[in-house]
Amino acid sequence: MSIKVYVPLDSGSVALGADDVASAIAAKASKTGADVKMVRNGSFGMYWLEPMVEVETPRGRVAYGPVSTDDIDALFEADFLTGGPHKLYLGRTQDIPFLKSQSRLTFQRCGIIDPVSLEDYRANEGLTGLENALKMTDEEIVKAVTDSGLRGRGGAGFPTGIKWNTVREAKGDQKYIVCNADEGDSGTFADRMIMEGEPFVLIEGMIIAGLATGATKGYVYTRSEYPTAIDVMNEAIEVARAAGVLGDNILGSGKAFDMEVRMGAGAYVCGEETSLLNSMEGKRGVVRAKPPLPALEGFLGRPTVVNNVISLCSVPVILEKGAEYYRDYGMGRSRGTIPIQIAGNVKHGGLYEVGFGLTLGEIVEQIGGGTATGRPVKAVQVGGPLGAYFPKELFDTPFDYEEFAKRDGLIGHAGVVVFDDTVDMMKQARFAMEFCAIESCGKCTPCRIGSVRGTEVVDKLERGEQPELQIELLRDLCETMKFGSLCALGGFTPYPVLSALTHFPDDFKPRALDIAAE
Amino acid sequence: MSETTEDHNVRVAAICDQLITLEGPLLPILHEVQEEFGYIPDGALQTIAKKLNLSRAEVHGVASFYHDFREERAGKHVIKICRAEACQAMGADALGDQIRRHLKVDWSQTTADRKITLEPVFCLGLCACAPAAMIDGKVVGRVSADRILEKVGS
Repeated sequence: MSIKVYVPLDSGSVALGADDVASAIAAKASKTGADVKMVRNGSFGMYWLEPMVEVETPRGRVAYGPVSTDDIDALFEADFLTGGPHKLYLGRTQDIPFLKSQSRLTFQRCGIIDPVSLEDYRANEGLTGLENALKMTDEEIVKAVTDSGLRGRGGAGFPTGIKWNTVREAKGDQKYIVCNADEGDSGTFADRMIMEGEPFVLIEGMIIAGLATGATKGYVYTRSEYPTAIDVMNEAIEVARAAGVLGDNILGSGKAFDMEVRMGAGAYVCGEETSLLNSMEGKRGVVRAKPPLPALEGFLGRPTVVNNVISLCSVPVILEKGAEYYRDYGMGRSRGTIPIQIAGNVKHGGLYEVGFGLTLGEIVEQIGGGTATGRPVKAVQVGGPLGAYFPKELFDTPFDYEEFAKRDGLIGHAGVVVFDDTVDMMKQARFAMEFCAIESCGKCTPCRIGSVRGTEVVDKLERGEQPELQIELLRDLCETMKFGSLCALGGFTPYPVLSALTHFPDDFKPRALDIAAE
Repeated sequence: MSETTEDHNVRVAAICDQLITLEGPLLPILHEVQEEFGYIPDGALQTIAKKLNLSRAEVHGVASFYHDFREERAGKHVIKICRAEACQAMGADALGDQIRRHLKVDWSQTTADRKITLEPVFCLGLCACAPAAMIDGKVVGRVSADRILEKVGS
C-alpha cells in the first residue's frame, strides 16, 4: 500500500521552498522504489515550521519541519516514511502545542484534507451544515446565524445575521452573495490560507448564504496577488459543480446556486465593500456613498450580501453544530472564534484560531514567542495598515472588538504585526499616510488630500521645522480625516498615526539632519 | 516580432467577444488583454470601448485606476517586493533600498536594458515569512537581496 506524504501547496509554504521539497521527495522515492502518494495539502499555519512535511503512519500523521531539499536524503535514511526519528521530527501533527491549544472551528480541516477532494471534505463532516440548511426555512437559517453572534470578520464587526436578514427581506428578481476576499491588510493571510487549504468551506458558506437570502449567484472577489488561491478556488468550484453541490439542483434539493471567482487588479481600496462592487461592475474602484446599503442596492443595483471570507467560512460549522456551540466561544459581544494571524518580526508566526478574549500579550509573547530577532518587542500593529500601534503597556488588552475600540484600536481582520525595538515610529506614522495617499480612490477630499499633507507634515517634523506646530497640525488633520472621510481608508489612517504619536512620543522628536538625509 | 495595430484590434475584439457575457466584463477583459500582450496597448482601449458601449475615456479611467494594468511592456523579469508593515518589521525597507541601488532604478521602473522591472506590492499574504517578494509570478519568503538578484540572474 502506498504511503501518504503531505507537502503543502500553501503560498507561504511554497515561498519557503515546498514545491522543491515535493519534487525532491518524489524524485528520491522513485529512485528508491518507495511507494509514495503525495498530497499537496493546505497549511496548518505554523510558518516557522514550513515547509512542513507529514507522513501518514499507523500512529497518526507525523510531521517534519522545516524541511529543505538538503534534508531529503537524510530523511529517507532516517526512514521518515514510517515516521522514523530525525532532527526535524516534530511528533504527531495534532500534538504540536501551537496547534493543540487552538479551537479550530472555521479552519477545522485546513491542512488536514486534500483541498480539492470533495470526498476528503465530506469524510471530515464537510457539507453537513449545508445539508442541515437545506432542511430549514430561510428565516431559520438567518436566525441560527444571528443567534450564533457571528460578526463580520473583515473588520467592521457588523452582525452577519442582521445583514442577511436585510437581503432576505429585500425585493429583487436577482440577489447576489459577494465574498470579499480582497485581503489587502498587511499581517493578514487567513483568507488566503483557507481558500488555498479548504476551499469547499467557503463554497458551502456561500451556498448557505444564498439559501438564507434568496440569492442564486455568488462571486468571490479576490486579489491578483493570490494566484494560488484563485487556482484552488476555481478547481474546487468545478469539482463542486460536477458533484451537484453547485448548480441548478443543490444536493438534489431543487434549489439553485452557482458562483465564480473574480480577480481584482491591485487596488487596496477595493477591499472596501462599495468600491469592491464598483470594481466588479467594471468601474474604477471608487467608494460609493451609503445609503443605499449594498444589502438593498449592491452589485448591479441589486440586493447583495457582501461578507468577508472568514465570516462565510464560519457559517457551515454554525449550521452543523448549532448557534449555541459557536456562541459559547468568545467573550462579551465578540462571540465565537477568531483566526488570529501573527506576523512580522515574531518567532512563531502563523495562524492561531481561538475564542475571543486572549490578551494581546499572550498572543505576542506566549503564542508568538516574542520577536524573531530576539530583541524586545516595541510595538504591535493590530488590524492591518489602518490599525493602531499598541505599546507593551497595553498588552493586557483582550482580543475583543469592544475592548480594542476602548483603547483607540481595532482588531480589523485580526492581523497582529510585531516590531522589535529598532522600529522608528515616526517612520511608521509617515508610512501610514503615504500608503493612504498611494491607495486613496480619490473620491473624498480628506483622504485624497489629507494623506498627502500628512506625509508632508511628518517630513517637516522630521526636519525639525516648528515641531510643536506640526504635531498640532497632524492631530488636527487626523481629526478631519477620521470624521470627514467617506470610508475606512481615510477614516482609519489616523489610527496608526495617532497611536504612534500618543504611545511613542520620543520617536517624534526632530532628527539630526544627517539622518534625515539618508 | 512586429505587431500592427490591426493585429491588436482583432485579438482584443476576440477577447471581448469571449468575455462580454459576464456580469461586469471590463476587468476580466483588461486582465486577459494584459495576459495576451503583456500590457494594455493604447489601441485596445478604443476597441474595448466600442464592444462594451463605453467611451474610450471611461475604459482609460478604469485601466489607469488599477496598479496591475501596464501602459507599456514590463522587463523580461518582474520583481515585486512587499513594502507593507509586516515585511517592514523584517527589514523590507533596507531590502528595497539594496535592490534599487543595485539595479539603478526606482520603484515601478525598468532597467535600461529592459531586463528587470521593479515594482512595489502591498502585501502578498506572506506576512509570517517576511520579507516577501514575487519574482515572475513565483512567491519567495524570508528573502534576501542576493537571492532575489540570483533568481533574475543579475
